[in-house]
Amino acid sequence: MELSTVLDTVWILVAAFLVFIMHAGFAMVEAGFTRAKNTVNILMKNFMNVSVGLLLFFLVGYGLMFGKSCRGFIGTDGFIIDIIDPYSTQNFAFWFFQAVFAATAATIVSGAVAERIKFYSYLIYCAVLTAVIYPVVGHWIWGGGWLSDIGMIDFAGSTVVHSVGGLSALAGAVILGPRLGKYNADGSSNAIPGHNIALSALGVFILWFGWFGFNPGSTLSASSPAVSTIAVNTAVAAAAGSLSAMIFVWIRYKKPDASMTLNGALAGLVSITAGCAVVSPVSAIIIGLLGGVLVSISIDLFDRKFHIDDPVGAVSVHGICGILGTLAVGFFAQEKYAALAGFEGTSGLLFGGGGGLLLVQFIGVISVAAWTLGTMFPLFLVMKKAKALRVSRDEELKGLDIEEHGMEAYGGFQIFQND
Amino acid sequence: MKLIIAMIQPHKLPDVKKELYKSEIYKMTVTNVLGAGQQKGYTETYRGVLTEVNLLKKVRLEIAVNEDFVEATIEAVKKGARTGKIGDGKIFVLDLLRCIRIRTGEEGVEAIG
Repeated sequence: MELSTVLDTVWILVAAFLVFIMHAGFAMVEAGFTRAKNTVNILMKNFMNVSVGLLLFFLVGYGLMFGKSCRGFIGTDGFIIDIIDPYSTQNFAFWFFQAVFAATAATIVSGAVAERIKFYSYLIYCAVLTAVIYPVVGHWIWGGGWLSDIGMIDFAGSTVVHSVGGLSALAGAVILGPRLGKYNADGSSNAIPGHNIALSALGVFILWFGWFGFNPGSTLSASSPAVSTIAVNTAVAAAAGSLSAMIFVWIRYKKPDASMTLNGALAGLVSITAGCAVVSPVSAIIIGLLGGVLVSISIDLFDRKFHIDDPVGAVSVHGICGILGTLAVGFFAQEKYAALAGFEGTSGLLFGGGGGLLLVQFIGVISVAAWTLGTMFPLFLVMKKAKALRVSRDEELKGLDIEEHGMEAYGGFQIFQND
Repeated sequence: MKLIIAMIQPHKLPDVKKELYKSEIYKMTVTNVLGAGQQKGYTETYRGVLTEVNLLKKVRLEIAVNEDFVEATIEAVKKGARTGKIGDGKIFVLDLLRCIRIRTGEEGVEAIG
C-alpha cells in the first residue's frame, strides 16, 4: 500500500479513538452535574449511546449518510457494510470515524433529559437519531448532499453533530418538562447542584482532549497541510471560551463559577468545530471568546426566562453555540487557511468574501434546525402521549438508580436528601 | 416545650416541609439516617446477585416547639409523609426541659420562637 494511504489510515483511526473517548467525557460531565441518586442512570444512557449508536449506524445510518445520493437528500445504499475497499483511504477507518461521530451527536441529549426520562424512552430516541435523523443531516453536508452542493462549510460538525444534538436536546427538555422542584409558582428558579464537580471537570478535560481527534481528524488525511492549524485553532478556541465564560460570570454573579467555566470551554470547542479548518488562530480565539459569553447568557436565558430545565446546559453549549460556530464561518473564513484544507477561494464577510458564504451557512442552519426540531418534537410528543416518556413523581424523588436500575452508584455512601 | 422527632421516607421530605411551612413552622433540623421498623428491607441486584438491604435510608426531622404548636406539627408531618405503605415512619414527642438561643441567651418559650 502507498505510504500516504497507510499514514492517512493510521491518522483517521487514532482520531476516531480520540472521538470515542469523548463518551467518557460526556458521561463524567453529566454525572457530575446531576444528583448522585441518578448517576447509574446517566452512565447507562451514555453507555447505550455508544452501543446503540454504533450498531444502528452500522445497520442503517452509514448508508443513509454516505450512500448513493437520492437528489441530494438521502443516501440509498451502503447498509450493513460487508467490506469497504481496504486499500483506499475510504476503508473501514472512515466508517469507524463517522460512526463515533454519530454516537457523539446522540449522547448530547442525555444531559438535557437527565433525572426524569424513562430509560427505555431514551433508548428509543437514541435509535431514531443515529439511524435516521443524524444521517440525513450528515448526508446533506458531508455525504454529497444539497447543502454541500451550495457550498456550506461545516468542517467537523458544529451543525451536523452539535446543532442536531443540541436541538434534539431542546425538544426533549421542552416536552419532558422541568425536574420537580426546579421552578416555583412565582416563576423563580431553584438551583439543583451537581453532586461532583470534580467528575465534571475531568469530563471536560477528556472532551477537550478528544476534540483533538474530532477537529483535526476531520481532514481524513495525515498529509493535509491544515491538520496542525486545526489543532491549534481547537486548543485556543477552548481556552478562550472557558476564559470568557469565567470572566462573564465573575462580573455578573461576583464569583468565578466552575460549572459555567467548564461549559465555556465546551462552548469554545463547539463554536470552532465548523470553521477550524478555514479560520486563523486569532479568529479562533475571537470565536471562542464569543462562544463562552454566548453560552453563559444562553444558559441563564433558557433557565430563568424560558423555564426550560437543562441540567447540564446541553442545549446552550451544543445547540446555540453550534449555530454560532456555523455562522462564524461566514464571517471569519480566510482564503489562505481554507485553501490548506481544500477549500480554495473561500472567504468570509470580514475577509473580503462578501455575504455569500454567510448566506449559505444561514440556509444550512435553518434547514437543519427545521429538520431536527420537526422530527424530534413529534417523536418526544408521541412518547409523552403514550405515557412512555417521563418517570412518575415518586420515582423521580426516590432516584432513577434504584427505580430504573435496581442498584446504586455509590453503595455504602449515604446520599443526602436535602431538598 | 416539646421536641418532636420524626422519621420519614427521604422522598417525602419536600412534601413534609411544604406542610410544615403551611402551618408556619419553619425551624427544623434534618439529618440523614439509616433505619427500619416494620419495613424490613428491600432487594437490590448487583451483577445478577440479589442483596437484602435491611437498614433503609430515612430522614430524621427534629422540631422544637411550644405546647400550642405540638398538634399542628404532628398533623403537618403526618399529612406530608404519609404514603399509605409500610415504611412511612414514626413521630416521637419528647419533653423538652430547656431551650436556649445561643446568640442572645434567651431561654424557654421565646427561644423556641
